[in-house]
Amino acid sequence: MQDARSVRAYMKSGQPYVWLTAGAIAASIIITVALLLLTMARGVAHFWPADLVLASYQAPHAQAQPVLAEFRSSEEVTSARLKNAGLPVDEAQDFYERILLKIGNRDLGGVDFRYVISDWLVDRSTPADAVVWERLEWGNLHGFLQSVQFDGRTIEGDEAWERYRQAQKRASALRHKIERIEKKEIGRINYQMEQLRLSERRLEIDGLSRADVPEPYLALDARRQELDQSYALLSEERARLYRALGRDSLIARTASGQEVSMPLSKLVTGYRPNDMNLLDKVLHWFGKLWEFVSEDPREANTEGGIFPAIFGTVMMVLLMSVFVTPFGILAALYLREYAKQGAVTRAIRIAVNNLAGVPSIVYGMFGLGFFVYFLGGNLDRLFYPEAGPAPVFGTPGILWSSLTLALLTLPVVIVATEEGLARIPRSVREASLALGATKAETLWRVVLPMASPAMMTGLILAIARAAGEVAPLMLVGVVKLAPSLALDGNAPFLHLDRKFMHLGFHIYDVGFQSPNVEAARPLVYATSFLLVLVIILLNMTAISIRNRLRERYRALEH
Amino acid sequence: MSEATSTGATKKREPLSIVGGRSGFEPRYIKDHLAKYIVWTGGLGVIGALLLIFVYLASEVAPLFGDADVRARKTMKLPGDQGETLFLAAEEQGEVGMRVSKTGQVVFFDLFTGHARQTLSLPIDGKTLTSVYPIDHDKGLLAAGLNDGSVLIFQHRYKQAYPNDVRVITAELSYPRGEQPLVFASGPISHLAVRDNGDALMIVGSETEGSIQIKRFEQATSLFGDVTVTELPVQILVPEINPDILLLNPLLQWLYVIDQPAGKIALYQLKGDGPPQLIDVQEVGAEISKASYLAGGISIIATQADGRVTQWFPARKGSGEQYLARVREFRVPGDTPATAIGVETRRRGFAVGDSAGWVTMFYATSGARVHRERIFDHAVARIVFNPRAQLRLALSVDGDLSVSDVHNEHPEVSFKALWSKVWYESYDQPDYIWQSSSASADFEPKFSLMPLSFGTLKAAFYAMLFAVPLAIMGAIFTANFMSPSMRQAVKPTVELMEALPTVILGFLAGLWLAPFVETNLLGVFLTLLLLPLSLPLFGYLWLRMPRSIRLRVPAGWEAALIIPVIASVVWFCFLVAPPMEALIFAGNMQAWMDHTLGIGYDQRNALVVGIAMGIAVIPTIYSIAEDAIFSVPKHLSLGSLALGATPWQTLIGVVLPTASPGIFSAVMIGMGRAVGETMIVLMATGNTAVMDPSLFQGLRTLSANIAVEVPESEVGSTHFRLLFLAGMVLFVFTFAFNTLAEIVRQRLRRKFASL
Repeated sequence: MQDARSVRAYMKSGQPYVWLTAGAIAASIIITVALLLLTMARGVAHFWPADLVLASYQAPHAQAQPVLAEFRSSEEVTSARLKNAGLPVDEAQDFYERILLKIGNRDLGGVDFRYVISDWLVDRSTPADAVVWERLEWGNLHGFLQSVQFDGRTIEGDEAWERYRQAQKRASALRHKIERIEKKEIGRINYQMEQLRLSERRLEIDGLSRADVPEPYLALDARRQELDQSYALLSEERARLYRALGRDSLIARTASGQEVSMPLSKLVTGYRPNDMNLLDKVLHWFGKLWEFVSEDPREANTEGGIFPAIFGTVMMVLLMSVFVTPFGILAALYLREYAKQGAVTRAIRIAVNNLAGVPSIVYGMFGLGFFVYFLGGNLDRLFYPEAGPAPVFGTPGILWSSLTLALLTLPVVIVATEEGLARIPRSVREASLALGATKAETLWRVVLPMASPAMMTGLILAIARAAGEVAPLMLVGVVKLAPSLALDGNAPFLHLDRKFMHLGFHIYDVGFQSPNVEAARPLVYATSFLLVLVIILLNMTAISIRNRLRERYRALEH
Repeated sequence: MSEATSTGATKKREPLSIVGGRSGFEPRYIKDHLAKYIVWTGGLGVIGALLLIFVYLASEVAPLFGDADVRARKTMKLPGDQGETLFLAAEEQGEVGMRVSKTGQVVFFDLFTGHARQTLSLPIDGKTLTSVYPIDHDKGLLAAGLNDGSVLIFQHRYKQAYPNDVRVITAELSYPRGEQPLVFASGPISHLAVRDNGDALMIVGSETEGSIQIKRFEQATSLFGDVTVTELPVQILVPEINPDILLLNPLLQWLYVIDQPAGKIALYQLKGDGPPQLIDVQEVGAEISKASYLAGGISIIATQADGRVTQWFPARKGSGEQYLARVREFRVPGDTPATAIGVETRRRGFAVGDSAGWVTMFYATSGARVHRERIFDHAVARIVFNPRAQLRLALSVDGDLSVSDVHNEHPEVSFKALWSKVWYESYDQPDYIWQSSSASADFEPKFSLMPLSFGTLKAAFYAMLFAVPLAIMGAIFTANFMSPSMRQAVKPTVELMEALPTVILGFLAGLWLAPFVETNLLGVFLTLLLLPLSLPLFGYLWLRMPRSIRLRVPAGWEAALIIPVIASVVWFCFLVAPPMEALIFAGNMQAWMDHTLGIGYDQRNALVVGIAMGIAVIPTIYSIAEDAIFSVPKHLSLGSLALGATPWQTLIGVVLPTASPGIFSAVMIGMGRAVGETMIVLMATGNTAVMDPSLFQGLRTLSANIAVEVPESEVGSTHFRLLFLAGMVLFVFTFAFNTLAEIVRQRLRRKFASL
């Protein structure tokens, strides 16, 4: 007999192939986990305050340049590639380490990211008093605090930093106040003014001219005057706040010794990463995280938070749930409980099943053509003639987006609900009918409560799918930057005609359409991580509900 | 309680079916019926709504394939004096027509009634016109040759006003070069061609038989807006062939000289100062009756006595030599000689009128014959379209004017134009091109669906190449060899990946994977090569391990064991790749490929898409295939094992053949997903509509094309409807694939149930 451990026997036994299949599943698992880890690591690291390194960049045959920068990433690159890029590398050395630096100061140098060769970056140090200032415009400022103009006095030296922190707090509070006035209160007045204009236009369209029926016009005029007055008051208040905000400024010195004067009104915050201990850094991390989920984006979405995108996604998904749940359940009830079980029903079932596999972009086209242009266009003609030629519903918006996604996720809900209905043992139904309940009563009191976890599963899966879907939304209502949310304090509070921001589209837009991709990249990773987290949580909930349900019916069947 | 008593009460009256066979007035039964109707309408409504998608897409696409619709509006006598009609036109709205006669009379007339609205005279002091040449159709700029050899430039324009919400169109004539005719020749000009490219006006004409005069009027506008016109000296050209028809292109670069009886076309290149240079002379094979430029000023069409119409433009041969290319040929049915050509002014459409009174409409790009009807009993003298091509005027030789409304929205589309090579203007040979819009109004849209379909299939192919082996082998191991406890953890994990939004995969592919692959190309290839080899090798080493170690890993946990092996192989590959690259490929593999093999490299290419989209479809295929393999009845495989087959033999001989329909359906569904996926291809391919099967080149898919172009496409235009056609192709394709897969799967399920 042959040795079972010889190569030939091993090949003949088919075991190598088994190892290959084991490798395939292991690779799939590795890919899954690696993807999640990659997004998580990159996304979470974004909020960590990285050290600022002061160094001198000494490329061969060139003048040394001082840099004050964060290290972003590094990689080994062959010298041929670097030579291709026009760098004076020494070809005797095969490899160089290339570092991506965030040097900030875009307003001074034109770029805020830069690749450098590690070997040429000499005299590295991390000075404790190096400061990162986050600004409203032009990205971060890296430098040292030279002096602070505080309430008319110039303060230098050690005291300056403390004073700056105080002044920054005050400036931030003032800026928040101004933002509230501008966005909320003046926004409300503008909204009401627009409503008045539309009412007036409506009167004209209805054939009631100012000369014939002056009363409604006078009422509108009075209201307008009122609004004008409160606007005047608000803008006075705003001007006062702006004056107060403009009081303080600082002078920063960059690594190259250039002095930059910065009014505090243009700064968001300033911190010294090299001087922070671990606790400070953790606190800073949480602060940044909170800012990320709670604030509006700045600088073409490359800085600041993503609150409007989170809000838009949630709103759209909730609206979609409102549409998809009743109709999905009705369709499932029809297919499982009322329709005659025959070839036609089976065909319908297969068709519905397969609609889940139709590319989502096709639903988007349908939404754009049918909902937006056809339905919306006709709605505008019938009900909103006063707004013309500007469209109200005849343009992409959150209502059409949620309807489109409701259509897209209908098969998910139908299939899940049907599965739940099918799992309910016949005996339970028959018992109810035998006790004299009508079919509707049996459904309402017995079948639906038992199937409710299945419906829940369907809905959660639908939400998970809708939250991650982007392609159809690009056609029916999502935008880069929505000036106002779909839900706000202006009656009627819910504005279904507005466009909205969406996490998935935010990833696409910031990652690919942004003017400063390098600066935006960490933010996109963070957004991706948030989206992945939400979707995984939703899916896991759905799976656990489904499993629990199976256990329950398994008990019933015996 | 009350329900129970009411049931009791009814029971006495008659026996009843609880399930609704009875129509009582008790609220319970009303509710029961109500519920039934609500569910019926709701359920059928939802299914109807889903059906509506298909109906709607079809209704958007259908007009593309409709025929042109031409309705006769009125036939009238031309108003104005008895002189010969030298030029006819109609304005944009199709309300007002214009006629220029030999005596210099310009009549604007109503196209509904035929009555003259305004009658004006050109300032020509009793001279007569010999011919009128349209300089620019869209601007209404015309050149009239006078019998004393001078040329008058004039322009007809229309103003719209809406007093009391009624459209009123008023016509006017203006003289952009002054009312004084430009001096060109000393006697009547027999053939005239005039063009203006903004910087210069050029007049080409033939005064004496057999020779051509060319005169340029350069015009320069100073900083202060003063216009100075310089007359350049007349050039004389004696062409190879007799000049019967002269055609000049709008940019003043090309001059066509046509000899009608000989059936020859000569192409001259005009240079600023030097003499015109003969490029090519072509023989068409029959007498040429008429010739005209098509819209856009690139190609000309010529009608021949044998009923053929040919399209020509300058192109380059492979050697770089320019020649006059015969691009396509159209045939007028009946082969009757053509007597008139009318061209559309904004599209590449034209109409040919023949001696028997038929008018046939063609579209150049698609090569299609769009419409044909007989208008007159005798020959057609002139055919004219208005600028929107919604109105057609046809004039018979005896002065009858037939006015027709034309509804011809999508002549660009034909099966041939969508799916076969088309020779577009300014190209040197026929090609598949998708280029839907450009900055210029003279642009010829290029609507070939081939590059997009090719891109779609290419992306799906590479994705499947990556995903199918991984997913199916993974499914085999999970269903057949893995321990149940591990399977419970592994399957949901892979399935979870299905829920991962594709926008995230696309983002990672475009911004992380693409640059990574670009710098580590060799490492990626090494991994793809070494990983499958190293696993069986490890298996053998494992076999030779001491029993004590081997027994520590329970059966069915091999996959867990192999994870560190894969990790270390991958790590090793990327460790050795850079030194290898430095050693073998001089440090830059892309440059080496480009120089040595001639393979270009795009950062966002099919390799990146294949990996990213492969990852997206792995869970789909894996999940369905695993289900199919797992549900193969156990007694089959146990029987095989009991007969002495090894696990692998059992798998190959028994399990896989039984499960193969399920695996097939898994691949089909995965394919459907890969074909329709949008975000990954949008973000990771570069979206270049090229037909290059190379792994290192980008592509553009149908779905990404829709996402990019629909928002900026004009509603109802050919482009818009073509995008819907693309959407419908995707819909039908995926729907058919999925249905097939589903039917296969259901049949398999029934087979297993019977086993």
